[in-house]
Amino acid sequence: MNEMRTTGAPGRREVVAPASTSLEARRRALKARRLRRGWAALGLVVPAAFFYVLFVLRPLVLTVQYSFYDWNGVGASTFVGADNYTRLVEKPELLGSIVNALELIIYFSFIPVVLGLLTAATIRKFAASRLALVSRTVLFLPQVIPLVAAGIMWTWLLATDGLVNEIMRAVGLGPVTRAWLGDTSTALGAVGVIGAWVALGLCLLLLLSAMTKIDPALYEAARIDGAGAIREFFAITLPSVRQEVGVCVTVTVIAALAAFDIVFISTQGGPANSTLVPGLEIYYLGFFSREVGQASALAVVFMVLVLAVVLPIQRLTKEED
Amino acid sequence: MLRRFSNGSEPPGPGSTERETLVSRTTGRSRNAAAATSLFLASILALTACSAPGADTNDEPTAGGDTTAAADDDWTCGTDDVTLEAYLETGFPLSGALFEEFEKQYPNVSFDVREDQFAVITQNAPRVLADNPPDLMRLPQMSDLVGDGLLYDLDEAAAHFGWDEWPASQLAQMRVDEDGRRGDGPLYAMGKNYSMTGVFYNTELAAQIGMTEAPKTLAELDEWMQKAKDAGITPTNQFNGGATGGLAFPLQLLMASYGSVDPINDWTFQKPGARIDTESNVKAAEHLKKWIDAGYFAADINSLDYSQMMGQFIDGKSLFIFNGDWESGSLDTQMAGKAGFFLMPPLEEGGKVGAMSAPLTFGISSKAENPQCAAFFFDWIATNDDARTLAVEIGGSHPMGPADAFMPEVDPASVTGQTLSAGATIAEDNGAMEFIANATGAIYAKSWTPNLQKLVAGEQTAEGLLQAVQADYESEING
Repeated sequence: MNEMRTTGAPGRREVVAPASTSLEARRRALKARRLRRGWAALGLVVPAAFFYVLFVLRPLVLTVQYSFYDWNGVGASTFVGADNYTRLVEKPELLGSIVNALELIIYFSFIPVVLGLLTAATIRKFAASRLALVSRTVLFLPQVIPLVAAGIMWTWLLATDGLVNEIMRAVGLGPVTRAWLGDTSTALGAVGVIGAWVALGLCLLLLLSAMTKIDPALYEAARIDGAGAIREFFAITLPSVRQEVGVCVTVTVIAALAAFDIVFISTQGGPANSTLVPGLEIYYLGFFSREVGQASALAVVFMVLVLAVVLPIQRLTKEED
Repeated sequence: MLRRFSNGSEPPGPGSTERETLVSRTTGRSRNAAAATSLFLASILALTACSAPGADTNDEPTAGGDTTAAADDDWTCGTDDVTLEAYLETGFPLSGALFEEFEKQYPNVSFDVREDQFAVITQNAPRVLADNPPDLMRLPQMSDLVGDGLLYDLDEAAAHFGWDEWPASQLAQMRVDEDGRRGDGPLYAMGKNYSMTGVFYNTELAAQIGMTEAPKTLAELDEWMQKAKDAGITPTNQFNGGATGGLAFPLQLLMASYGSVDPINDWTFQKPGARIDTESNVKAAEHLKKWIDAGYFAADINSLDYSQMMGQFIDGKSLFIFNGDWESGSLDTQMAGKAGFFLMPPLEEGGKVGAMSAPLTFGISSKAENPQCAAFFFDWIATNDDARTLAVEIGGSHPMGPADAFMPEVDPASVTGQTLSAGATIAEDNGAMEFIANATGAIYAKSWTPNLQKLVAGEQTAEGLLQAVQADYESEING
């Protein structure tokens, strides 16, 4: 009966429930229900929470803990306080790796977002045609290919006798050809191109889906007012997809700062540390130098750096919203 | 309705029910949240168990040769079924062939094999040896592993099998003393064979420029490189991309031509006070720089990896490469009759020669289940005729073992035949060196490689290269 109180029509309840017991019973029922709901909710949360704790929070806490120890990963460890952090400042090679990561933002984030906006705005105009489907698929494909495979493929393309150089020779750019990944002045840019190629698909798809949601009436109105394609893009398209641009920028900036797989496959940080990024440096410290504490300290500092770069971006897009 | 109000309780009705439901929801949520939070915290605490990392492995038995041997002095694989856990490097068919032959001769033994790339083995070695102890494992640079007590002490096995009577240089690199220095102290690993490095050349391209025999001096080698370049042939090629500075091969071979191998070995074995930036080594580095500046190396070596280099050499794209006899077998099949080998020539004709020569090291985990059977297998590789034949024919390198042990017949004109005879020369000249890249765990990836790449890019001088490596070496050793 008590169940009916909440689910049945409220007007009738009064009649059904005897006045003397209703209050007490209702309270008890509510309590029971609260408990039941609580357990059910907990039951739903626990599996996910368990894995979150095990694979996200625990490593995070352990990394912070390790960063205060001198440890080789196997033997005994000694507590060294903040030594690992102070030693980070003394490594010049580390500063270079952070600068490289920041430079990668241009390739991993800026270029794909700008290109993504332009291509999405172009594709939008013939969104229903088969051509749009084909170009969407082609441009999104890199996102589906594992990064490792993409890295290997691009190392072939960018090799001395790879396709890129062959094409350049064919169009008379022979003197410019080189081992793009093997030249200290071009290696980082070449790695960036791979990243841009991968990120473009994601940005394109996200921005395109955002653009298809824009009310066509806005474009009609703009056209009646005599706006051209460029004016249309800046007045309607761009402001309408601002939030998606924010998502694109955030995701790709994180990808740039945390870059590992593409760099590891294509150059492993070389030649001469010209493509060394913090992710790779952490890996080398942890698994080659076997300085787990030092690697953890760098990882912690690096996480803070990523947050420091990404949080303002988040705030920016929210405020503009 | 009014009665209810007088009761002092909240007014019932749709509004109130809703509110109560709402209240119940919010409290339920906050309770759930509280429960979840405490669960999170409890799990984190439980899982991280705020003790210092890794301390627990400290008191576990290490290097247990004595205890095991005391319990059981049977250095064979017995008669019961035994499965040896093996962790090997991908791409080397020798181990598989040896396992097959051993299983044939000792049917009670079988091998459970796991394979990885050498780089993967390098990074996983300590953890695998500690948590998942293999009976046989391909070892990377081993001084750290010994320091952590992860490797089985083979001294007793050496005494039992008589390995002590083999030429001492064969085992020196696998001895590690208390301070983690190699070259001396207890034996912690064994070789499947020992490799030899030098210069491979394409005999067809050599014939084109009139080179009919191996150069006898360094100056002659320079001349052939120039002639090849003049004839439009890429004189030499070397992998130097990514994290693999393969120019360390010609550099170290040049060091042996310019000076004695002993100070180089002292450095690699971390003898106190040893330096790499010695006068003769600087000259060797300058010679290498001269080759680079003269355009003798392919232009893209800074992006070239090992397999690309091999592929290009086999395709006839360069006259020389600097490499080791582990490729002899495959060159004999893939470039049959078209490849040759010579040692890096000395400065003056008839001078002493040197080469990197290292055992293909395998170790036993200090926690392995069948260390004695594994040690017996090591002895079998070095002493059994069939095993030695496999080591030569498939491995392409000289087997371990006594100097007068059985050797299979090899065509002296084949690459294998040439590398084997070069090995004999090195043994006569006492010119064997451990690879300078193995001085410390990270010296290759973090110091030799970037500095050699800078040398190619013109961003580093010959002397600066050696000084930079020396500085990194000291900072690594002194922690």
